[in-house]
Amino acid sequence: MKRWYTGTALLLAMAVTATACGAGGRPEGEEKGSTVGITDTTIKIGAHFPLTGVAAPGYSEIPSGHQAYYDYVNANGGVNGRKIEFVVKDDGYNPTNTSQVTNELVLNDEIFAMVGGLGTPTHSAVVDYLNDAKVPDLFVSSGSLQWGDWPKEKPFTFGWQPDYEIEGKIIGDWVAKNMPDAKVGLFLQDDDFGRDGEKGARRYLDSQIVAVAKYTPGNTDVAPQIAQLQAAGVDLVLGFNVPSYTALSQLVSLKIGFKPKWFYSNVGSDPALVGSLLARFSEGAVTDSASLLNGVMSTEYLPGMDAPDDPWMKLWQKVWDEHGADGELTNYRVYGMSQAYTFVQALQAAGQDPTREGIVEAIEKSGASFEGPGIAPFRYTGDSHLGISGMSVVEIQNGIGEDLTPVLVTDLGDTPIKEDDSAAGDAPPSNGIPDVKPAE
Amino acid sequence: MVRRHLLLALGALVVVVLVLETTSQFRNAQFAAMAYYAIAAAGLTILTGLNGQLSLGHGALMAVGAYSTALMLQSREGTLPLLVILALATVITVVVGALVGVAAARLHGPYLAGATLALAVAIPGIPLYFSEWLGGEQGLNVRMPEIPVWLADAAYFVTGQELTQIRYLAYLGWLGVIVVFVLLANLSRSRVGRNWQAVRDDEVAAELAGINLGRARVQAFVVSAGCAGLAGGLLALSARLAAPSGFTLTLSLLLLSAVVLGGLGSLVGALVGAALLTFLPQVVTGAGTDLGLTDVQAAQLAPLIYGLVTVLVVLLAPAGLAGGLRKLIHWRRSS
Repeated sequence: MKRWYTGTALLLAMAVTATACGAGGRPEGEEKGSTVGITDTTIKIGAHFPLTGVAAPGYSEIPSGHQAYYDYVNANGGVNGRKIEFVVKDDGYNPTNTSQVTNELVLNDEIFAMVGGLGTPTHSAVVDYLNDAKVPDLFVSSGSLQWGDWPKEKPFTFGWQPDYEIEGKIIGDWVAKNMPDAKVGLFLQDDDFGRDGEKGARRYLDSQIVAVAKYTPGNTDVAPQIAQLQAAGVDLVLGFNVPSYTALSQLVSLKIGFKPKWFYSNVGSDPALVGSLLARFSEGAVTDSASLLNGVMSTEYLPGMDAPDDPWMKLWQKVWDEHGADGELTNYRVYGMSQAYTFVQALQAAGQDPTREGIVEAIEKSGASFEGPGIAPFRYTGDSHLGISGMSVVEIQNGIGEDLTPVLVTDLGDTPIKEDDSAAGDAPPSNGIPDVKPAE
Repeated sequence: MVRRHLLLALGALVVVVLVLETTSQFRNAQFAAMAYYAIAAAGLTILTGLNGQLSLGHGALMAVGAYSTALMLQSREGTLPLLVILALATVITVVVGALVGVAAARLHGPYLAGATLALAVAIPGIPLYFSEWLGGEQGLNVRMPEIPVWLADAAYFVTGQELTQIRYLAYLGWLGVIVVFVLLANLSRSRVGRNWQAVRDDEVAAELAGINLGRARVQAFVVSAGCAGLAGGLLALSARLAAPSGFTLTLSLLLLSAVVLGGLGSLVGALVGAALLTFLPQVVTGAGTDLGLTDVQAAQLAPLIYGLVTVLVVLLAPAGLAGGLRKLIHWRRSS
């Protein structure tokens, strides 16, 4: 009994002491723009990527592209004397993990901004948090509309690649004009990706679409979906799907003798990755994957591995040779470097003393004039945080995308599609580092 | 016994306040994660350790709690108080657990594992089927309701720092841990708990002693499901999301491995297991990066180390980390 009293007394004493350390009231004071993550010589940014798990092939290479370009910039003096540190965390493409590693990036590593966080389901888990914490959430690696169509609600978030709706519109318009008799079937990933793409395509193709098949990422059996398209008499399949499902849909179609024309959105069409996936999924049965993809149509918005003579590709090759990690340059690394290039531009636009609020304002003011590897201009303004505004339609032959159209530029809703090659001719500066004036 | 548990709980509360107030926001977030793992693991360790039922479906029960919480927080205009929402999420999961438990009470051993495995596989499919309502693959976003003003003011008055959302959540989680642990500790030392153990040790003897086997099993399953539901609700708040990919079979297996690592049947073991689940991956990945591994290699290191730790614990301390520690203390005292 006695021990019990002693214990209680001890606890009470501890509690009282702890309380006595308290404050009793709030101090007053206002603070200006946040400079978390910035010192006089460094600036720390970070992102979440799938480095392990099902989504890792391909996507895990993007951060190595980022890193190589930042190393290149740092070796040339950094941005305004500051070296860029890039912290990458693995979320395994699992939104619950994304939430945890984002906590770690924001609270433990104290990053200035998130740059290039990958994935629609993963990033949507953290987008509200980043905006509540006022952390710039730049250039999300996903084409979902939610990163930029309503900036009032998510003022710190910016998209980067063309969103899936304008991709759907451009594809739909091209098919309606060039293949007016095709019976179109949609093969969609069952999330924003498929939904936004379908919305865009239906604007021009509504009467031509005869079947819609959706798959759930993770379920690798797509035979029912492909059989459904075949049964509906489809002769042109539009796929809004990720690369592994391009490979799966090709294999299933081979198996059941379904031979339509294929049109995959940009995300699912990287010939190198799809080729290697085809070889792996078929356990070696498919060896000549390049010819299997011949005649497949897709879209492009960045110069890639199939255009080694493009001035941007020459720059990326040089950067990769000097600063890259193990392995060859790939389209995913090019994607990462292109994003990194845009970030360096944004940082320059934010001026000598960037703040979190300042960089957002700078992108809204001068982002639309950033000249980069994208073949169409960015749409950044105060009213839109969506990224690249257009793409061109290509046909893949022996792993190379051959242009079927000039650059087609558009925006959400009923904005018309028009040809605009103005941004396609941008060449990188000779030292490979952008020179953007601070936004006024 | 009850008094001792209450006293321990009071002590734990003081420790929780001191730890949460003195650690960084990031650690607070980790402690919040540890809290929901601990609650789920505690429920599972009671079910498996005390009652001898193996469940591979606790991840799915957590999903029920998480989705219930998420749905109740969807309205933009004001919602029920957070504690009420968590309590309701627990009740909903208890109901689901009761349904599963009634079926499970007729099975045992591998058959029960199989049935709960089916649960773990099937439940994440439900949001995909009702994607209009449950958000499909992308899940439902969860926004933490604002901290009540009186609470924020009171916390500031006492501690001298702003009560952030993350710290608030960590407090909520650890309050849950303390309540759940006190209840479970009392329960397992009560007549009900003894009945459960009797059923585990010898069904025939238990039945001869007048224990209704089915009822004892359903009871244990329901209590355990309630814990999973509360844990799921806290997970949804902490991850700010309820999505099918968060509740795969892997989660159920991780929980089970945490329980085994900590020490089957021991509440302290559940706490130890939860700490491992929360801190090990981040610490190992950090150490890997510091050693100069690439990001990809460092990311792959965490599961490897977790596997090695499991192998070592099973070899060296078959009663789990908590059990091994207790043995060590006994051994030192007696020698």
